[in-house]
Amino acid sequence: MNSRSYVMTLSLFFLLFIITLGVTPLIGSSKISLARAFSDSLDISKNVDANILFQVRLPRILLGALTGAALSVAGAIFQALLRNDLAAPFTLGVSSGAALGAVIAIALSLNFSLLGIPVVSLFSFLGALGAILLVFSLVRTRHGEFPTGVLLLAGVTANFFFAAMVMFIHYLSDFSQSFRIIRWLMGGLDITDYKTVLSISPMVFLGIFILMFVSRDLNLISTGVHSASSRGVNVSKIQKIGFITASLITGTVVATCGPIGFVGLIVPHTVRLFVGPDLRILIPASMLFGASFLVACDTLARTILAPTEIPVGIITAMIGGPFFVWLLKRKKQA
Amino acid sequence: MTPELMKLENISFAYETSPVLENLSVAIQEQDFIGLIGPNGSGKSTLLKIMGGILESDSGSIQFKESPISKINKKLFAQSVSWIPQDHPMVFPFKVSEIVLMGRHPYLSPLSFESSEDFEISRRAMETTMTSQFADRYFNEISGGEKQRVMIASALAQNPEMMLLDEPTAALDLKYQVQILKILKDLNTAHKMTLILAMHDLNLASKFCNRLILLDAGKIVRDGSPQQVLEKDILEQVYDVEVDLDYKDGSIRVHPAIRN
Repeated sequence: MNSRSYVMTLSLFFLLFIITLGVTPLIGSSKISLARAFSDSLDISKNVDANILFQVRLPRILLGALTGAALSVAGAIFQALLRNDLAAPFTLGVSSGAALGAVIAIALSLNFSLLGIPVVSLFSFLGALGAILLVFSLVRTRHGEFPTGVLLLAGVTANFFFAAMVMFIHYLSDFSQSFRIIRWLMGGLDITDYKTVLSISPMVFLGIFILMFVSRDLNLISTGVHSASSRGVNVSKIQKIGFITASLITGTVVATCGPIGFVGLIVPHTVRLFVGPDLRILIPASMLFGASFLVACDTLARTILAPTEIPVGIITAMIGGPFFVWLLKRKKQA
Repeated sequence: MTPELMKLENISFAYETSPVLENLSVAIQEQDFIGLIGPNGSGKSTLLKIMGGILESDSGSIQFKESPISKINKKLFAQSVSWIPQDHPMVFPFKVSEIVLMGRHPYLSPLSFESSEDFEISRRAMETTMTSQFADRYFNEISGGEKQRVMIASALAQNPEMMLLDEPTAALDLKYQVQILKILKDLNTAHKMTLILAMHDLNLASKFCNRLILLDAGKIVRDGSPQQVLEKDILEQVYDVEVDLDYKDGSIRVHPAIRN
């Protein structure tokens, strides 16, 4: 890959992201005017337009962008590590593992932070990591391959198991915890503020940077572990870094937004059609496209039944379900 | 006597509990062209992976240029020794040129792109292996013989002194078998490349290799020139089938004796 076409391609994805960020705040059930929002004739507390724009829509959009970016990059990484393009946080059971972790923390009312990291996020990360390690060890053959059938079956099994655990905990919880759990499980970006956005950004960006740092090693692993090793890749080290980091960013956003399905499957696939499978460009392009995609889905979720808002997870699942079927069908034909 | 490039001493290896290699010792000289022969399951692939630093032996020592390979940085080792698997399942749509450029990995630092020198080395590797014409095609869309040549190009881009190939001709038709072996022979003579090939075709092995190593149940039973290794008694014993040998143009040909 040469650096000129690299910069060109990423610029296009960046442009798409900027346009999404510019347009979506203006769309919503209540019409707002930019002129009034930015006018200084009104006191900020009385400026309804400014309040809707800056206090309601913008943090939600930023959270959506971060979540979309994180889930998409995690999807691209899981696909490369497992050498299977149907792998994604949702299909592998990683999202539901993260959900289980978070629900345990919610049920135990662990509403505090450790070293600045909310305990809910920490549990969510551990759940995600546990799920991926389970699937990885269950599916890997002696030759280091991950056959599609077994992989999906393991993912489904993990999903059922974690969902059952979540239900169990939910059943034992009292009314207010139960409400919190249900609300969170639906997956949504609606209850947010800048503080939340700021608290999860460092983890997401650090994670993506680490993955960029090992992106060429991951490319080689995606073509086969043994040949990667013969080209000087420390395979087990890179696998550890990849799984832990992708679980970390998945757990971080799932802890905040609940399990939002299919983003990590749809986005890397779509982006790969345009930029190819080289992770050096696939990671940043998936990050930008994933951010735009989830923000667009959430805008749809906010407006499609306005004034009622539906959880964004419903929109992504409605797009992702048919997409997944299409992928499976194409794989069968190949 | 040419200097030793690699030296294996008392190598043993087992997958879980079933032993694959037992107490195996061998020395590889510079510019050797070795055919590693033996029945299925005799340990050829495993031995190549151990030589390539992909698998670690359970006991024994391997030295490359007199230093133990466990002490050599993985990337540095990959600059000297490359390994090519038997088949090349590819999940993602990489282009041929991208696959060849991956051979430059041991020379690149993280977060960097290939330099014009890397592109030039890859271009030459594709020329040597006659793969330039499909540089822009998808790896998954070319034929088996073409894939094998692309993998050789990628291994060449590593600029190695030694190449290990696991049955490079196994899945190919006659024309491609000869083509691949000619490319390798040329690398061996013109570029002084040391080559070790796991092979099943004893006739091609005796024609192209200057040294054969016959493995049986994880042990070396013969090691020497094709004339020394390909003997009726030993082949019948190792392969458990009757064979006929004939000699033509200075090379030996082995046929399974099929008697009705």
